[in-house]
Amino acid sequence: MSILVIAEHDNTSLRPATLNTVSAAVVLGGEIDLLVAGGDCQGAADEAATVAGVSRVLMADDPALTDGLAENLAPLIESIARDYSHVLAPATTYGKNLLPRVAALLDVQQISDISAIESPDTFVRPIYAGNALATVRSLDAVKLITVRSTAFDAAGQASAAPIEMVSGSQEAGLSKFIGEELTRSERPELTTADIIVSGGRGMQSSENFEMLESLADKLGAAVGASRAAVDAGYVPNDYQVGQTGKVVAPDLYIAVGISGAIQHLAGMKDSKIIVAINKDEEAPIFQVADYGWVADLFEAIPQLEEALDSPSP
Amino acid sequence: MKVLVPIKRVIDANIKVRVKADESGVELNNVKMAMNPFCEIAVEEAIRLRESGHAEEVIVVTVGPAQSQETLRTALAMGADRAILVEADPAPEPLAVAKLLKAVVEKETPGLVLLGKQAIDGDNNQTGQMLSGLLGWSIGTFASHLEVDDAAVRVTREVDGGLENIELVPPAIVTVDLRLNEPRYASLPNIMKAKKKPLDMLTPETLGVDVSPRLETIRVIDPPARAAGARVTSAQELVDKLRNEAKVI
Repeated sequence: MSILVIAEHDNTSLRPATLNTVSAAVVLGGEIDLLVAGGDCQGAADEAATVAGVSRVLMADDPALTDGLAENLAPLIESIARDYSHVLAPATTYGKNLLPRVAALLDVQQISDISAIESPDTFVRPIYAGNALATVRSLDAVKLITVRSTAFDAAGQASAAPIEMVSGSQEAGLSKFIGEELTRSERPELTTADIIVSGGRGMQSSENFEMLESLADKLGAAVGASRAAVDAGYVPNDYQVGQTGKVVAPDLYIAVGISGAIQHLAGMKDSKIIVAINKDEEAPIFQVADYGWVADLFEAIPQLEEALDSPSP
Repeated sequence: MKVLVPIKRVIDANIKVRVKADESGVELNNVKMAMNPFCEIAVEEAIRLRESGHAEEVIVVTVGPAQSQETLRTALAMGADRAILVEADPAPEPLAVAKLLKAVVEKETPGLVLLGKQAIDGDNNQTGQMLSGLLGWSIGTFASHLEVDDAAVRVTREVDGGLENIELVPPAIVTVDLRLNEPRYASLPNIMKAKKKPLDMLTPETLGVDVSPRLETIRVIDPPARAAGARVTSAQELVDKLRNEAKVI
């Protein structure tokens, strides 16, 4: 078996989900090639070479690949994918955007968002917002898979693997990257944070989210949100945790003013410890919480901050 | 310009699904079905494009069992002009659906295909991207804002880090995300009118597409249950438990 992992990166460094995807490839077993396709992407390729488990880095460096446009990337991946038994990408917006286009070019039925590997052709994936787990066997010659990053540990570091250049990319002339508005934050990234403080409609305003940010900073936590809070405009879209937002599994998830719709639970119920703070004691979030506190969040959050400052008795 | 909107009939988003006892799948009998929420947003956006003069006709299409006609009628009641059912039961996998949609695109020659980013049953998030690959068209996934004119389709995409703006050369495919718009409800007169709008029936055979599955479902089971834990009544109690019992802070 030989496995191609498609790295997600910003040309200078790898995105963390790449490391979890490599770990899934290690579970499959076999030679692992990590493809870094970008523009001026030597930095990302150098980092890729030090990922444990990687036999070889394939680097495709072309201005057409700088912005990760699927129309330009897919033909390149198609041209090399047939040499492999498996092609893996992270189930992030990057991988979700790209891999199905490759699958169509290869005439393969992709397997999305796998959470476990049973054998080289059999995989487990959540369906219906995680309310059911399907085990599926692929009959295709090449398996194309996106990997749920929370289900696999991040790969460690090892001594540098060789980097080989690959070519064959071209500008498809179909799409153009105009710009991006990325959320800048000093806090840990949502998908890799050990602790997440997350707010829902109960926060009532974006100003009130500052309370959660202050609590998060005390805990070294990331800040997340339910769809309701994002739709209401309290926080940007990239805060959203849920079926169609980000899937997270931190050691500690503190849900504040979140009722716990199944679509939200789908994104966080694999967290190790869940705390729910909500004034509605009937809120469904309490059914999955390890620690539930029925309280008005506007009183509870300042008290919680205060309690964190004081040492345990 | 014509806009083609592929839609899907799924279990209503508010229904808690039940796994069948024989582990063959999820119970669909006597369960309330509805249009996939992302598809509603795509239908709404297409109707708005027609209302603002950027599209002449909105065609909705679905691939699925005969009952999917109800879902098409819902889209017609929202304001779509006509509908196509490609009858296939059970609904095929995303790759086969994309092949069927490619055949429909070749018949209908739309300038834009608008569809939901994922269906909330299989959660695959594949069909639009696959269709773009089969057609060799441009693609903008996870759209939260859309502008269409003759020369370009401008898409704001919701990505993991925030928002991304791209420009597509038409004809284009756009998959829509939650915050693109808020779909309208169909009015009673429009529901009545929708019954008379044209609905064409096709089959995979007439479109010449092989829809044999490539995946074999071995089993479908409930996820491990998560039991409710303890209640706390003060911040100090919560912090103590997180420190000393759970040991996560």
